[in-house]
Amino acid sequence: MWLRELWFVLVGILFTGYFILEGFDYGVGMLHPFLNHTDLERRASLNAIGPIWSANEVWLVAAGGALFAAFPYWYATMFSGFYLALILILLALIVRGVGLEYRSQDKSPKWRATWDWLIFSGSLLTTILWGMAFANLVRGVPINGHMVYVGNFGTLFNGFSLWAALTFILLFLTQGGAYLAIKGDSRSRKHGKMVAQRTVWPALIALVIWFVWMDRLPSSAGHVDTLAILLQVVAVLALVLARFASYLTKNGWTLVLFSVSIASTTFSIFRILFPRVMVSSLNPAWSLTIYNASSTSYTLDIMSVTALIILPIILGYQSWLYWTFRKPVNDEELGY
Amino acid sequence: MTQLGWAELQFGVTTVFHFFFVPVTIGLAFLIAIIETIYVRTKDKVYRDLAKFWGHLFLINFAVGVVTGLLQEFQFGLDWATYSKFVGDVFGAPLAVEALAAFFLESTFIGAWAFGWDRLSARAHAVTIWLVALGTSLSAFWILTANSWMQEPVGYVIRDGRAVMTSFGDILTNPQLWVEFPHTEIAAILTGSFFMLSISAYQIWRKKNVEAFSRSFKISTIVAAITSVLVIVIGDAQAAHLVKAQPMKLAAAEALWNTSSQHAPWSVVAIIDAKKHTDPFQIQIPEMLTILAYKRLSGAVEGINQVQAQMVHQYGPGDYIPPVAVTFYSFRTMIFAGTAMLALAYYALYLLKKNRFTQKTWFLKVLTWAIALPYLANSAGWIMTEVGRQPWVVYGLQLTEQGVSPTASVPALDIELSLLGFLVFYSAMAYAAVHLWKKAIAEGLDPDPELQHKPTESSDLFVGTGGVAR
Repeated sequence: MWLRELWFVLVGILFTGYFILEGFDYGVGMLHPFLNHTDLERRASLNAIGPIWSANEVWLVAAGGALFAAFPYWYATMFSGFYLALILILLALIVRGVGLEYRSQDKSPKWRATWDWLIFSGSLLTTILWGMAFANLVRGVPINGHMVYVGNFGTLFNGFSLWAALTFILLFLTQGGAYLAIKGDSRSRKHGKMVAQRTVWPALIALVIWFVWMDRLPSSAGHVDTLAILLQVVAVLALVLARFASYLTKNGWTLVLFSVSIASTTFSIFRILFPRVMVSSLNPAWSLTIYNASSTSYTLDIMSVTALIILPIILGYQSWLYWTFRKPVNDEELGY
Repeated sequence: MTQLGWAELQFGVTTVFHFFFVPVTIGLAFLIAIIETIYVRTKDKVYRDLAKFWGHLFLINFAVGVVTGLLQEFQFGLDWATYSKFVGDVFGAPLAVEALAAFFLESTFIGAWAFGWDRLSARAHAVTIWLVALGTSLSAFWILTANSWMQEPVGYVIRDGRAVMTSFGDILTNPQLWVEFPHTEIAAILTGSFFMLSISAYQIWRKKNVEAFSRSFKISTIVAAITSVLVIVIGDAQAAHLVKAQPMKLAAAEALWNTSSQHAPWSVVAIIDAKKHTDPFQIQIPEMLTILAYKRLSGAVEGINQVQAQMVHQYGPGDYIPPVAVTFYSFRTMIFAGTAMLALAYYALYLLKKNRFTQKTWFLKVLTWAIALPYLANSAGWIMTEVGRQPWVVYGLQLTEQGVSPTASVPALDIELSLLGFLVFYSAMAYAAVHLWKKAIAEGLDPDPELQHKPTESSDLFVGTGGVAR
């Protein structure tokens, strides 16, 4: 039944869309208190992501929904297993989203400073925790023969997952910087470009080390094939080309290339996982795979028809949104 | 308290809180869409100002609704992993379709609406809020498709210890869905209209932009008058459906311990002794329960003890009685709040016809406080629906205690910590939302220009802008 493979790819695409699009938002959120010294500058950087952040976040909701519908055992094991980490992600997303909407609605400096700090922490924490979560999917976590996670919160902290968190932070900073370089007001455009250029080399080093580490994990043995390596090479090359594009002030291309790097990185994780979705560190045979964690073929049929009709429509109107708001933030006029 | 108890408390607290923000989102989107359509038709700037004012309140609300909705989607996996494994094949599909077909729509177009006032034509801008309204309602539809399946499972078989979908069509034509969805949707529009009516009344009372707020007073009164009748009519159909679908919930909602006579009375209030299975005191309306349940003058309603005996026979030994007092009183809270809204809406309509509503200061004050009524009704209605289904998580298929996440993965301490986190964060958000609402309402139609959503212009996305200086 090839539908399981299709849904594995679709879940991968939804998470990739989420990381590319929220990569701007989390990057901008992490840069927010540091790049912008005056209140007007801060409002400008929030305005750059204002019209799009909620549309971007839905990619996560869709990925979660797809996981539940197509791979209920993956959904159940991962969310109950990574319980505290996911609760922290949710709390971080909550304060961050509310912060973006509420921050500039009251002029009190204390109000604004509080939300600025919360937007920053929410963006940073989400980035760190998703990095750790995905790293642990590949590295393996203690899952017993009944698909029950028997570790705890501390199990998720290990060298590999912490390095992944660092790599995610750097990748999202390049992405956020590149986005601001296009969409910010005059000052944050300059700062965004600077950030993108300065973080690209550390991001590249972190990524290379992380890839080598991932490919040598015992759990990856036999799963690192030519395609996985190719994706990793593309991810690294895209960073080099992005730096070059930024040098030539091709800001649109810089952003596209950073996005390619994030996409290739995500795909390479999924490639190395395949056909597993969560690796058991206790016994490889207890790993969750697309075969033992999936829904039945009838449900997958229904879901496939729905997704194939709706996804093009979604891509259509989200493109329209980005096209409508393609202009940078004007220095004088601010929404947030 | 046990791990199960904490998980139930967490689900209840976070869901009731989420449901404080969702119905008003659905209703207000619809009303703003109407106001903006009038603006497009008449070109009368007052309607534009009104749409912006209500839109501002809407956005404050929407932000909390969206972010708390994230938890709603994930908590089935977090706290109810065994349930998720058991029902995922059936239950996951409507949730996924909700994300793809509805949530994407509303989240995309809300951004376009909030930031598009001067970027889009008036007509296109009005279309964006209609799409948001459509998205929020579709969202409710798919969520309630999932919930209705928990109330009345259809279109599945049990295979290898899990529920497996056999007919998506059956799930979409679930009789429970077609009473639950219209009732909830219309209740949401009623909520939006009472929100608008109460705040308009307050503005008129304190003589702030009276001319403009009289218009939103009028629109919301008309919508409230229509929906307050419909919500009761459909709510009645939903309650009557329980006779067939969930007799235990109906019996508990009436605190009816033993099967009634052919002419059952309806208890307005009662003191309930759940230990002794009696109601020591009650005030009753004769014949009323029979009429409500069957729409005719004779018919007995099954009692809790009798349904319990049948369920023991069908499902084996166990206690199948939900918390009776909670079900009874949440049901009545909903009914009384709904009736009060009906009365207020029609008195407002009467004053509107007589053109005297701006002078009735006492009534304007009552309406202002009446903003609590839809919230009370919504929360109570939801509690009645969910608590009344206990001890089942999926009616007749899985007990709630069998659905909770394994303690090895999710110990009670984890749930306690996360509940503490949610309580702190949710309280802070509610505080911030109320603070901003009060501020926006105090400003009326003349807010601080610096805080307005304004357009942004400059160069193109994929063109090298030649550096950053302009």
